[in-house]
Amino acid sequence: MVPLSWYMVLSMIVFSIGVFGFMSRRNIILMFMSIELMLNAVNINLIALSHYLQDMRGQILAFFVIAVAAAEAAIGLAIVIALFRNKATAHVDDMKEMQG
Amino acid sequence: MIQQAFFGYFAFAITVLSLLVITRKNPIHSVAWMLLLFFHIASLYLFLNAEFLAAVQLIVYAGGILVLFLFAVLLVNIREEMKISRFIGAGATGFTFALALLVVVLISLRSFIAAPPGIYTVDLIQQETHTVVLGKILYTEFLYPFEVASLILLVAIIGAIVLAKRRLKG
Repeated sequence: MVPLSWYMVLSMIVFSIGVFGFMSRRNIILMFMSIELMLNAVNINLIALSHYLQDMRGQILAFFVIAVAAAEAAIGLAIVIALFRNKATAHVDDMKEMQG
Repeated sequence: MIQQAFFGYFAFAITVLSLLVITRKNPIHSVAWMLLLFFHIASLYLFLNAEFLAAVQLIVYAGGILVLFLFAVLLVNIREEMKISRFIGAGATGFTFALALLVVVLISLRSFIAAPPGIYTVDLIQQETHTVVLGKILYTEFLYPFEVASLILLVAIIGAIVLAKRRLKG
């Protein structure tokens, strides 16, 4: 039997990799992919807890996370397309109009 | 023993694949590695007796979200992308922050105390099948959040169309 803490450590490692990618990648599409990575890490944690605590509500929550992730990806990529139309770049450091 | 070996393989593969996703220079390579990552995560869900969620993971993430990402990646000029650095100037700060977050949460994990187990044992789920159990809870206890989720998806559809459509002149 695999202990629960192994799953939590795995989930935390994947989440940290997602945080690192989100904070340091230049390409905005890669930043969105890092967000998906973080959401997947949370899902691993929720489903592992649901299995080990013998409670289905964790899986319901993971189900909702997947639904919201789909909505977030659609909206986020629409924003990326709108940005492309105005700036023709995918690099976050080129978007500094609000800097004083 | 064999369970630990399986988990070890999946944990190693998921960690390496997520590192590959965020460090590849070519965004299309990142999307390809992410496809493999989602398959591994779905296998991990199967390992945790969540077969319906494994199927949903494959259908929604691998079939839907990754295709969207692939369409958005087509906008990027790959040739120009290969020339410049993949990380921004504050990349070292991001790495330090992520490492600090990992260490702090790993330390706090040691004081984790599990709640008393619920009624959905593996035997009960096997007897009733996973999808039936999930559906029963989803349509009774979580009916209202389920409706809210459908509203969120509707708003996302309309919002994506409004944001991405071309402005009409005049």
